[in-house]
Amino acid sequence: MGFKRKKGDGDGEEMESEVRGRPSFNTAERRNVILPSMIKNKDKRAKVYAKQKHEKKVEKQKKIKARDAAEKQALELGEEPPQKMVPKTIENTREADETVCRPDDEELFADIDADEFNPVLRREVTPKVLITTCRFNSTRGPAFISELQSVIPNSDYRKRGTYDLKKIVEYAKKKDYTSLIVVHTNRREPDALLIIGLPNGPTAHFKLSNLVLRKDIKNHGNPTSHEPELVLNNFTTRLGNRVGRFFQSLFPQEPNFRGRRVVTFHNQRDFIFFRHHRYIFDVKEDKQSGAKGKDGVAKERVKPRLQECGPSFTLKLVTLQHGTFDTKGGEFEWVHKPEMDTSRRRFFL
Amino acid sequence: MQHDEVIWQVIRHKHCSYMAKIETGIFCRNPYNVTGICNRSSCPLANSRYATIREHESVFYLYMKTIERAHMPKNLWERVKLPRNYEKALETIDKHLLYWPKLLQHKIKQRLTKMTQMRIRMRKLALKTREKIMTTPRRDKKRESRREEKAIKAAVLDKAIETELLERLKKGIYGDIYNYPELEWNKVLDEEKQVAEGVEEQEEEEPEIEYVEGYEELEEEEDMEDFSGFPSNGSGFDDDDELDSGDEEEDDDVEEQVVIHKKGKRDSRKADDVGKSKKKKRVVVEVEQEDGDVRQTLKTAH
Repeated sequence: MGFKRKKGDGDGEEMESEVRGRPSFNTAERRNVILPSMIKNKDKRAKVYAKQKHEKKVEKQKKIKARDAAEKQALELGEEPPQKMVPKTIENTREADETVCRPDDEELFADIDADEFNPVLRREVTPKVLITTCRFNSTRGPAFISELQSVIPNSDYRKRGTYDLKKIVEYAKKKDYTSLIVVHTNRREPDALLIIGLPNGPTAHFKLSNLVLRKDIKNHGNPTSHEPELVLNNFTTRLGNRVGRFFQSLFPQEPNFRGRRVVTFHNQRDFIFFRHHRYIFDVKEDKQSGAKGKDGVAKERVKPRLQECGPSFTLKLVTLQHGTFDTKGGEFEWVHKPEMDTSRRRFFL
Repeated sequence: MQHDEVIWQVIRHKHCSYMAKIETGIFCRNPYNVTGICNRSSCPLANSRYATIREHESVFYLYMKTIERAHMPKNLWERVKLPRNYEKALETIDKHLLYWPKLLQHKIKQRLTKMTQMRIRMRKLALKTREKIMTTPRRDKKRESRREEKAIKAAVLDKAIETELLERLKKGIYGDIYNYPELEWNKVLDEEKQVAEGVEEQEEEEPEIEYVEGYEELEEEEDMEDFSGFPSNGSGFDDDDELDSGDEEEDDDVEEQVVIHKKGKRDSRKADDVGKSKKKKRVVVEVEQEDGDVRQTLKTAH
C-alpha cells in the first residue's frame, strides 16, 4: 500500500505541477508549512501566528507598492497604465437576465405604446389618486397617509369602512380616479402597499418596510406644493420598466423645476427605496490634485445638496397582476416565490 | 346495572378525561354534552337518560340515549334529523322528549336556539370577503431584512440622487432657471482638453465631419422614438434642440433615459472605450459649439 502510494504521489505531484505550471518545489513547501493551530504551546503558537500575519501584511504592501509604481511609470512614459482591478460586486456579477431592456428593442417600444399608463404619461389624463387603508387600525397609518398626501399631488384620502376592495375599485372608476393606493396594516404598522391602476390597470402588491416618518428625520425639510420631479433608478428589466412606469403614472408629468422637489424610486437588488428631497445647487471650490489635467488650479464645481423631507421607506414587489384587484380570478404577471430567492445574484427588477 | 351516582362520584372526584378546568369554570369536552359545563345533570356519562343536539354540515340532529340500550354501546344513541325550520324543529323536539325531565327539554331547546343563530351568522360571514393571513417562515423574514440592509449600503442613495440631478442640470433640462457659468466654463475646458487629445490620437477628423451632416437624419429617427416615449442613447440631442418646445417632454424622456443610461454607461466603461469616447467627443463638440456661440452672443449683448 505504501509502495503504491509513493508511486502515485510522485506522479501526481508531477502532473499537478505540469498542469498548473507551478514549480514543483511549491507543493513540497506546502507540506513543510506548519499551521499555527498544530502547535500546542500557546506562547510559541501566538508568536508563530503573529509572525505569519506580519509576513502576509508585508507581502500585501509590497504588491500594492509595485502596482502603484507600475501605474505611475506608465503614466510618466505616456503609455496606457495597466488595467485597474475592479472588485467584484453583487451588481456586476449579477446573473445575466434576458429580459433586460435594450435601447434598440422595437418590441419594447410597441409594448410601451400599448400599455395602460400611456394616457397618463402622454399627458392626456392628469393623475388622480385615491388613498385608503385596510380594515384595521394602525398607530402610524394616519401619519403615513397624511405624508403620502403631501408627496403625491392631487391625492385624496377616504376612510375604509367595511367596503369590499372590488367595490372600492368600482367607486374609484366612477369618480375618474387614475390610481388607487391601499395602505395595508399588520400588527398596527403599515406593512404593505397595494397600488391599483384604473380603469383596468395593473395591480401591484408591495411589501413595505423600514418606514421613517418626517418627524423622525433629523433636519427634515418641509415639502411645498410644487409638482415634484421624478428619479427612477436602475429599473433595467422589462418588469422593472413596467413598475417604473407605474410609479411614474402616479405623479403629474409636468414637474415644476422651480419647486426643487425630487421624489426618487431607486431600485437596488429588487428593493425599491423611496426618498423625497428638496435640492439646491451649490457652487463649491474643488481642488484637483493634478491627476486629471495639468491645471492644478482650484476649479469651482457645481454640486447639488439634498435635504430630506417626507417619508422614506422600502418597497419590495410581491405580485404584479394584469387587471384590477382580483386574487382568485386574475391573471398574474409576476408572483414572488420563495424558490426565486435561492440565488444571491439573481434579481428581477 | 347502571349506577349513575357511582359513575358520577368516580368521574368527578377521581378522573374524567373530558373535564377541562379553566380559570372561568369547569367545562366538559364531551361532544354529547348539552350545555358544555361539567355538572351532575349535564354529564352524558353519568345520566342514563340523556339527549343532545349535534350538527353535521349545517344539519341538526337530535340524539337520545335511554337506559334500555345502556348495554349496547353501538346502538346507544338514537338520531333524529331535525327540520330546517326553527319552529318545526321545536315541535319535533317536543314530540320526542314528551315525558322527559323538564330541565333536559329546556336545555335542549336553548341549545337549538344557539345553534340556529350560529348557523345564520356563519352563512352571512361566508358571503363576505375575509382577509386570509399568510405567514412567511421566520427564516425568510430575517433573510429579507438582512438583504435589505446590504442593499441600502450598496445603493449610496444620496450620491446616486445627486449625480442624477447634476446630469440633468448639465443636460440643460432645467432650462434657464439656474445660471452657473462655472459649469459651462468647466465643460468647455474639459471638452477642449478632450478635443486636444483626440487630435493627437488620430488625424482622421475629416471623414468624421461627414457624419455630422448625416446626423440630421438620425435626429429625425430619434424624434420618432421620442414620441413613443422611450429614448435611445443619443437623445441628448433632442434635449438641446427642443429646449424651447418643452421641458416636460424631456423630463419624461430623461426619466426613462435613466433606465438605460446607467447600464449603457457601465458597458461603455468596460468595452469599446475608444469607440464610445469618439462618439461622445463628436456629440459633445457639436453641442458645445452651439452652446458656446449662444452663450457668447448673450454675453456680448449684455
